[in-house]
Amino acid sequence: MKHKVAVLVENNPGVLAKVSNLFSRRGYNIESLVVSDTEDKTISRMTIVVDGDERTIEQVTKQLHKLVDVIKVNDLTNDDTVCRQLLLVRVAADRETRGEIIQLMDIFRARIIDIGRRSLIIEATGDESKIEAILKSLQPFGIQEIVKTGISAMVRSPKEK
Amino acid sequence: MQFICMNLRKDSQEVLFLVLGADILLHCLEAHDVDVVFGLPGGVVIPLYDRLKHFPNIKHILTRHEQGAAHAADGYARATGKVGVCFATSGPGATNLVTGIATANMDSIPMVCIMGQVVKELLGKDGFQEAHMTGICQPICKHTYAVTDAAQLPDIVAEAFFVAKTGRPGPVVIDIPKDVFVQDVQVPYDNGTVRNRIMMKYTPCQVNKEKVSKVAQLIQSAEKPMMVIGGGVNTRIENRDVVYSIAQKADMPVSTTLMARGVFPANNPYDVGMPGMHGTVEANYTVQHCDCLIAVGMRFDDRVTSNVSSFAPNAKTIVHVDIDPAEIGKTVTVNFPLVAEASEFLDALHDALPQCAHKAWMEEVQQSRYELKSPAGSVLPPKETFAFIDQYVDENTIVVTDVGQHQMWAALFLNTAGPRKFITSGGLGTMGFGFPAAIGSQFAFPDQNVILITGDGSFQMNMQELAIMKKFKLPIKICLMNNGFLGMVHQWQKMFYEENYSETILDSAPDWAKLAEAYNLNYMRIDTLEQCNEQLAAALTSKEGWFIDFRIDANADVYPMVPAGKGLDDIVVGE
Repeated sequence: MKHKVAVLVENNPGVLAKVSNLFSRRGYNIESLVVSDTEDKTISRMTIVVDGDERTIEQVTKQLHKLVDVIKVNDLTNDDTVCRQLLLVRVAADRETRGEIIQLMDIFRARIIDIGRRSLIIEATGDESKIEAILKSLQPFGIQEIVKTGISAMVRSPKEK
Repeated sequence: MQFICMNLRKDSQEVLFLVLGADILLHCLEAHDVDVVFGLPGGVVIPLYDRLKHFPNIKHILTRHEQGAAHAADGYARATGKVGVCFATSGPGATNLVTGIATANMDSIPMVCIMGQVVKELLGKDGFQEAHMTGICQPICKHTYAVTDAAQLPDIVAEAFFVAKTGRPGPVVIDIPKDVFVQDVQVPYDNGTVRNRIMMKYTPCQVNKEKVSKVAQLIQSAEKPMMVIGGGVNTRIENRDVVYSIAQKADMPVSTTLMARGVFPANNPYDVGMPGMHGTVEANYTVQHCDCLIAVGMRFDDRVTSNVSSFAPNAKTIVHVDIDPAEIGKTVTVNFPLVAEASEFLDALHDALPQCAHKAWMEEVQQSRYELKSPAGSVLPPKETFAFIDQYVDENTIVVTDVGQHQMWAALFLNTAGPRKFITSGGLGTMGFGFPAAIGSQFAFPDQNVILITGDGSFQMNMQELAIMKKFKLPIKICLMNNGFLGMVHQWQKMFYEENYSETILDSAPDWAKLAEAYNLNYMRIDTLEQCNEQLAAALTSKEGWFIDFRIDANADVYPMVPAGKGLDDIVVGE
């Protein structure tokens, strides 16, 4: 099962290496990893998607917590979260298909950000299933290149009763 | 403060001082109670070594190889419980420490390893003797620090010592570029502070008394309880009495892993010895038949559990007490986890435990005891040889071993007197560890009798350190279990590889008598059991260093043995 783990780390050189080293050394499989700084410039946040059973994830979080640079580890899998990933995709498009693709992308609220003579670049954000759906819908036109970021996740704020 | 002024140039403002980076480092080491450092200088650490003479409280022991320095610092740490410290230069000096760091890491030994690095400007440009040490060491140590400014040194050193010894101990690396040693820096003069977050992260939580009384109840209500203690218990001298008293109160057998050998007193109904691959028959019987297993400060290494799926099949409850939450449930499924420092747990359990009676179980355990037999016609059988040595292992003796057959014999047949008296490389199994570690132990306790049990394979890996023995006239007793081959591998080849002794024959060994002579050591050769007499006894208890060449029976292998991959029930006790 896929787990989303949020890791707050000190923004030191080498931290990313330490975290990724731990995953490779212990044989855990990173599906995706996103790092960026946070509201506090001395702290970075990683969102790591890792594939494994409960026992593996328990070990992952415990081992991560042992690293000096790691401040906090949260398994977000069972939390109510918003997840987003960014997709850039280059798809074949000529005068005939261009209109159809633009219509399709409107449905997904994706944007065309570059137009060439024979192709388009489309930008989209969403959770995994939406990104998958977009790619599926573009398949018939001929996908030429895909770039995706990993998943960024944030726990939803508590709602008023 | 007074002596520091000698080394410092006063700034015009008179309040702050300009201090050399090297001086800050050495002062901080002094402030952290470092009295011995093992190391070897090289290009980038010359400025550090240049300042050593101004810090007379720090004794630097020059090893002949950095691996020796790392193991010696490790041995010092194991014997004292303090943090062991070693120095090395950049590049090859630092990479030579790596085996020692990994050894300490696997056995959770507190160490601070200070490595020189090329000047900051050359970093990442493949400078002469540059190696990316923080990257190399990161997976094999507890933490690494790369210093870029001498003003950071007080805090980094304070934190390094704190991290090394707090919680589950381990080695910490500090990588210092050459220009930091010679950097003039204005520092408010202090011993450094540990960040609050780090303090909270590693300080162990207090033991949960309620859970401990639950453990006491489990022991009382179990029919066949047992306790296995590991390296985590081998930390506090009092643990010997506490665990023995717990065994009496609980009326249950206690097994000690390799890392805890000697912690529990031997030759009593509760002691079943070491479990695992080369464990005793009774220890493995007890593990396989107990219905409640209390594991304290041990980590279910595969050499202890053998095949995990058939480990302790009758244990309805496995209680795992460890200071490191990540160890709990890592290999063996545990149904009663308890995160606590072993000594604290033992104290609490001792208080909570009522007097129990497990008469039938204790009798069953006694029935399982098995007396090992030496091969017929053996002239110098290991068991009897070690039994002779054991007579001279008392409360003032530290036994240090290398790795291999002799290590297992020492673990099986020598009864050291309590925590910190049996020093061995467990997790990593580092051949060559023993001799430098014995040197470290002897510097830690000059008045104790340090007996090194080594093999002809292991000893040849770090015998360059004989120079230290010569220089300081260390009274270490080097007991070389000499059988002319890499014994443990040889044994496996005999048992599992159809006697194909591929590259395990150590012929053309040095003339050991001449080697001993070359380093001014007393030498004695023991060929037969009859030669284990007063003369040998005198050597073993001498105030001088001895090199004792035991021509141990080459046909004698280590038994009992559970072949790798088998369950602990499949135990081989001899040929």
